[in-house]
Amino acid sequence: MAIFLTADSKVIVQGMTGSEGMKHTQRMLRSGTAVVGGVNPRKAGTEVEFEDGVTVPVFGSVSEAMEATGADVSVVFVPAAFTKAAAMEAIDAGIPLCVVITEGVAVKDTAEFYNYAKDKGGTRIVGPNCPGLISPGASNAGIIPADIAEGGRIGLVSKSGTLTYQMMYELRDFGFSSAVGIGGDPVIGTTHIDCLEAFQNDPDTDAIVMIGEIGGDAEERAAAYIKDHVTKPVVGYVAGFTAPEGKTMGHAGAIVSGSSGTAAAKKEALEAAGVKVGKTPSETADLMREIMRSLSSS
Amino acid sequence: MDLFEYQARDMFEKHGVPVLAGAVATTPEEAKEAAERVGTASGGVTVVKAQVKTGGRGKAGGVKVAKTADEAQEHARAILGMDIKGHTVHRVMVAQGAQIAEEYYFSILLDRAERRYLAMCSVEGGVEIEQLAVERPEALARVAVDPNTGIDDAKAREIVEAAGFDADTAAKVEPVIKSLWTAYQEEDATLVEVNPLVKTEAGDIVALDGKVSLDANADFRHQDHGALEDTAATDPLEAKAKEKGLNYVKLDGSVGIIGNGAGLVMSTLDVVAYAGEEFGGQKPANFLDIGGGASAEVMADGLDVILNDPQVKSVFVNVFGGITACDAVANGIVGALDTLGDEASKPLVVRLDGNNVEEGRRILAERDHPLVTVEATMDGAARRAAELASQN
Repeated sequence: MAIFLTADSKVIVQGMTGSEGMKHTQRMLRSGTAVVGGVNPRKAGTEVEFEDGVTVPVFGSVSEAMEATGADVSVVFVPAAFTKAAAMEAIDAGIPLCVVITEGVAVKDTAEFYNYAKDKGGTRIVGPNCPGLISPGASNAGIIPADIAEGGRIGLVSKSGTLTYQMMYELRDFGFSSAVGIGGDPVIGTTHIDCLEAFQNDPDTDAIVMIGEIGGDAEERAAAYIKDHVTKPVVGYVAGFTAPEGKTMGHAGAIVSGSSGTAAAKKEALEAAGVKVGKTPSETADLMREIMRSLSSS
Repeated sequence: MDLFEYQARDMFEKHGVPVLAGAVATTPEEAKEAAERVGTASGGVTVVKAQVKTGGRGKAGGVKVAKTADEAQEHARAILGMDIKGHTVHRVMVAQGAQIAEEYYFSILLDRAERRYLAMCSVEGGVEIEQLAVERPEALARVAVDPNTGIDDAKAREIVEAAGFDADTAAKVEPVIKSLWTAYQEEDATLVEVNPLVKTEAGDIVALDGKVSLDANADFRHQDHGALEDTAATDPLEAKAKEKGLNYVKLDGSVGIIGNGAGLVMSTLDVVAYAGEEFGGQKPANFLDIGGGASAEVMADGLDVILNDPQVKSVFVNVFGGITACDAVANGIVGALDTLGDEASKPLVVRLDGNNVEEGRRILAERDHPLVTVEATMDGAARRAAELASQN
């Protein structure tokens, strides 16, 4: 098992025929993901050829693709200006999981499609501005490189893509049940808390690494959630201690406003909830390694 | 992007929010001319207001009432060039004087935690709202706004009722709130704040001072937003980086940083500051995320910006090749150093991991550039870069 994404997941790609879509569809296929279709109304009815003679059919809409293939996951690669429309289409079609990779989506658009999904029910949004999620060896919905780490019993949730890769690499000796890049935008569809809850309930996850960064109070909320609901060991890392006030640090959501959203406050909240927080990614990985060793020896 | 008050005023006016006449001036002479124009409706009385993107300007002497245009000129002379909490005043707004009867507060903002919008309203305006929220939270109405339904008649009524306006005032405030919602919505704002929203002696509702933050990700549908940027206040290195499409933030340390991915770069800054404690408090000189591509050209552009920062004593290139292949990054570094030639004079510590790392390290070893040191781990490389910065 894993969270949100399993070996049975059938994935379609919205924006598959664009250059990013093509590149990453190929990578998803190579890692063994069941990519069953692409969506592009202008190329409906055609097929796209990938390596090793694999062909993937293109459908005119998400609902057509779902009907024809039984797809239950959509990965969105369309440009930012069209992302809201793509997400709304996926939500209208009732796809259970919609992973929005696109960076630079206007926050108003995300707020609108997230709330649309929430009101309608039935669709989990991951992202936007995220690397997606991977259940190593089973399925890969997004752009996380599949060869960094194999399957294992650590669950990982992170706002940052490259810190996801870094942490998977650091802990490749243990491997991961699932790694979820939730994205660095001010509004995201799936939060740290959603992933913590899913990992807590996942029988194949023994311990959780949670990576946060400056901006907002998602980490503080996650800390409160951990205190009350998570019995599995959690190790944390927070990026952005040296970030100046009022400057956006790469991610649209990564900004310290006045005295709120600081890394220090997040670390403090996590530690108060019993989470061990590393000073560097390597130190964080060491903390997790200790936990995994003590779990396996007990 | 945060707007100046005068820009917010113009934006409000465009969306039908009642505002007073006002004009921006950058010299005392311009302020006088502006006062002659905008003061006509208020018996010559104007208010000269420092335009700075920070609070507390009133206390700092940055807001002055003038009875005549000459007096406005004098006030402008005193206010222009003033330093308010580290912000130099380059512009003043000369606004029509107002007879204020009552002051209120209203704002709409993005509520990140709830993933919707929040309208806040109080009949006690003109004060520090953060202070009011802490000291008398019951005096500040907080009403959730659904992004898909927004502020319609019913929601506007809910807000004014929650704030506790009297019926007569409520009826006048409601349409203003709806216009402010239109501005928030149509301009892709993440904050629209009016403090104070006033009732004049004549009974009119007017937005006297405004604060607006715009979402840069929405610039693609707002051709006019680019012109609102305060290019004069931008750090010259930040301006240069922006021109080249680089995601760069200037800091004041000695270790230049280049990395890929916002999270990894933020983490790199922290790790450098942490390692730097051992070497006389060396700190990161900048944030620079070269993103997924990391071509030779992007790397050269990045190095060019960083090496032109006189505060930089060493550079740390920290790349985890996820999508990016490390050989491409290595070629980028080598190509950049060759392009820069003698201009590249500061030591570079490089840490590569991930996709094609062996080939990347081989390329760097083969070129064997005297300025380049390759380190195996992020923590080790940070330590080395801090050490080199302390020696130069």
